Formats: sequence, C-alpha cells, structure tokens
Amino acid sequence: MFRYRRMVSTLLLACFLAAPQAAAREQHKERHAARYIVLASTTSTENSGLFRAIIPPFTEATGISVRVVAVGTGQAFAIARRGDADALLVHDPAGEAQLITEGHASQRAEIMVNDFVIIGPAEDPARITAAETAIEAFAAIAAAESPFASRGDDSGTHRAERQLWRAAGIAPQGRWYRALGSGMGPTLNTAAAMDAYVFTDRASWAAFDNRQDLALLFEGDEVLLNQYASLLLSTERHPHLKHELASEWHRWLLSEEGQQAIAEFQVDGQPLFFPSARSDSDDALTPTDPNLSAISLHLIRKFTP
Amino acid sequence: MPDTDNAFQAALSLILGLDPTLLGIVTLSLQVSLAAVLVGALIGLPLGAALALWQFPGRGLVVTLLNAFMGLPPVVAGLLVYLMLSRAGPLGGLGLLFTPTAMVIAQSLLVLPIIAALTRDHVLTLWDEYREQLHSFGVTRLRAMPSLLWDARFALMTVILAGFGRASAEVGAVLIVGGNIDGVTRVMTTAIALETSKGNLALALGLGLVLLGLVALVNGTAYLVGERARRKLG
Repeated sequence: MFRYRRMVSTLLLACFLAAPQAAAREQHKERHAARYIVLASTTSTENSGLFRAIIPPFTEATGISVRVVAVGTGQAFAIARRGDADALLVHDPAGEAQLITEGHASQRAEIMVNDFVIIGPAEDPARITAAETAIEAFAAIAAAESPFASRGDDSGTHRAERQLWRAAGIAPQGRWYRALGSGMGPTLNTAAAMDAYVFTDRASWAAFDNRQDLALLFEGDEVLLNQYASLLLSTERHPHLKHELASEWHRWLLSEEGQQAIAEFQVDGQPLFFPSARSDSDDALTPTDPNLSAISLHLIRKFTP
Repeated sequence: MPDTDNAFQAALSLILGLDPTLLGIVTLSLQVSLAAVLVGALIGLPLGAALALWQFPGRGLVVTLLNAFMGLPPVVAGLLVYLMLSRAGPLGGLGLLFTPTAMVIAQSLLVLPIIAALTRDHVLTLWDEYREQLHSFGVTRLRAMPSLLWDARFALMTVILAGFGRASAEVGAVLIVGGNIDGVTRVMTTAIALETSKGNLALALGLGLVLLGLVALVNGTAYLVGERARRKLG
C-alpha cells in the first residue's frame, strides 16, 4: 500500500509540474496563433515547393501566417463545405463554380496557370509523341491498350483527365486503365513502377525525383491549360472563419507582389506557375490583360524545352 | 539497391546535421505520441482493471468491443475525430481541427483499447490468484485495484510500450486530423508519406530509420528502468 501511495504522489507531482508548463505553452501559442489562416490547397502546389517560396514574403508583409493543408481538390472542397478552411487555392473551374452556386464560396479569382502534361515510358509504345492533340494522344493510349495510371481520386487533375477521355469519346476501362485512388506523388511512383502512362501537372512532374524510365511525352495543347484559382468562403455560411485575414491573402495573391512571387518561383531554373491575376467578381481589379491565359500558355511553351 | 544505401546516408546526415526542421518534427512526434499514451494509460489502466474486477451485465460485450477496437484502422479513428472536431461537427466550436491537440485525441483513441484490453488480461490473472487472500483480509475491490495494477507493473510497462508503438507508427489518423501542416502538425510518419509522394525515396527511408531509432530509444529507456526496478526488488 505504501508503494502504491508513493506512486500516486509521484504521478500527481508530475501532473502539477507539467500542467502550468503546458498552460504557458498554450498561451504562448495563442498569442502567435491569432494571426494565421488555414488554406486548403492541392498536393501539386505543396509538393512543388511553391508555398515555401510565396508564403514567407506574404507573412513578412502582413504578419499573417498561412497553414497549408494539401489535399486533392475534391477533398479541399469537402473541407471548405464543412467550414474547416479559411481560404482555398484549387484547380477545378467546374467544381469552383459549384461551390459558389451552393453559397459556400463568395469570391473567386484566377491567380496563376500551369499546364498538364502526359508522361509515359520513354520508349512510348502507344506512339503519343506523334499525336497532334491531347485528345489524339489519349485515343492512341486507349487503342494500344497501354497501361495508364489514373489518379482515380476525384482531384482536380483527375477531373481534367476525365474531361479529356470524354472529349475523346472514350470510356476508359479494362486491365490497361488503372484507377489508383491516390495522390499525384503516389500515382507517379506507381506509374514509374508499372511503366504506365500518366496524366499530371508540370509542377508535380518537375518536383518528382523517382522517374525511373518515365519521360515527358506530350505537352503544349491548349486544352491542357491548368488554371489555379483562389476562393474566399461565404461570411454568411461560415461566420466563424477568419474572413478578414483570408481576404488579405486573396488580395495579396492578386497584387503585384504576389504575382511576382509566383513568377519568380523556379525549380531547376524552370518556372512552374505563371501569374494570371483575374478576378471573377470585379473586372476593375484586373491588373493584367484578359488574354493572359493564352499568353501564359505561350510562355509555358517558350520556357520549356 | 542504391535507394537503400542512400537512405542510410540520408539518415546519417539528418541526425548529424541536427536539421532544425527535423528536430521540430521529431519533438512534435514524441510530444503527440507520448501525450496520447499518457491519456490512454490514465483511462485505460483503471478501465481495464475495473473490467477484470467487477461483474456486470453486458461485460462480455464491452470486453469484445474493446478487443475489436484494438484493430481499429487509424484512418477510421482519424475520420471519426475529424467529423467530431470539424466546424460542422458537434465539437467544432473548440476550433481544434488541424492542431496537435486533435492529433493527440485521435491517437488516444487508437491507444486506449490496446492498453485497456491488455490491462484487463493481466489484472484478471492476478485477481484469480489473489482473490481469496484479499477477500480474507477484507480488502474491497476498489482497494485491491491499485495494488493489483502495481503488482502487474512490469507487464503493464510492456502494454504501455505497445500502445506507444501503435501511436508513433500510425499515419492515417494524424494525416486527417492534423493536415500535415509544415511546422505545425507535421510529424515523422506524415513527413515520410510526403517525401514518398514526392519521389524522394531515400530521404523518406532515411526519416523512417530515424523514427525507428527513436522508438528503439524510448523502448530501451523503458527496458533499463524496468530492469533496474526489477533488480532492486530482488
């Protein structure tokens, strides 16, 4: 019994010692935590290292830190609908429009573009390098029944891929079409291991290290434009969110500094995202040419070998 | 296997370089998992002992459920906690989602069944052994509980270490409720998953080796403390 009493007192002592420390830590965190937002974004932007390049200058300018939760675009929408993120940075125009129609999001602005590319085994069994358009390339893969690794996770990239199959009039199925249900990185890893074709964005490909025999085989078609937009959530639907801080972030992305930070971000000397600031709600905000999307695509072609 | 060789190099340079980012990740991993084990033990030890000592209708069902929850997939635990802590969920007002506290809650949920179920086993064995004796001294079940737990302490140490192993190894739950936010909720396992997804296999495996070393360190410390106590006991 004595031993037991000693154990209890030690335990209680430990608790007393630990409690004030923990409380102090909480307070300390609280003070710092007051000015942060949670940003739900995509794996492609996070994995490429973009946020490491553009968040520090934003934090320096405003004192607001940005906590990035990088998930597929489908999951980012789900997080937004539940009111768990203060802002979104995603790439699925149709899904974004739906979020606005539902009343969850109140503002949308296009902030940057990059492009999708088709990756595949270097020996290119389906001969897609000879294709004129992305749709032809997809049709060639389906005709050859070459293995194709699809995200299969309802992400922005997966939605864009499905749109291309629809445009090609093909319902991809069979042993060659492998829906993996995973993020971009795991899908690229699996494609590398299976020697499969895979549809990805240029940033994820540029930042991906485990390429094995894979190579970039098709690029440059205008349908491959990948538009990223920043979304702010509705103040009525989600009153608890940090709307003021979030709109500071939103405005900064559209500002000259923000756009420049995006333009200056490079991996191996290659720019991966091209600024294209354009606000849906207010055309007066537009600091740049409305044809910028087309110009950006031109730039993408120019900068990539 | 160049990746495996590079992994050892990566692990070594991570440790020797004392990378501040890595230190932050390691510290958070330990804090979260140890806190989860503490919560799991504070609830699980008395709960397990109580289930061994008291008879009540439905005990079999509770024990079966507890045993079944030892196999609870971390992703499911994470999802449950996510739905509870989400702004649209019942505890959304606390604003705990995507914080280390949320990760502790999710991991506690994984650790608790293991500690409670295994504690029940150990205490039940001792109870069967000493029941008559304790009864003859007029010791009530409530008074017997701490003594039995204390008597089983060496076995319970292993139980708690099993719980720690479960907590420090899982990735599914902390990924969902923590969000793997750089510098805020990124722990060893989510960092490993992230590096794998970037195709940095050597760095991912290197981080894995660091994690293994860390878990070995915790287990080694527990072993030494246990051995010393055992020897002291005679």
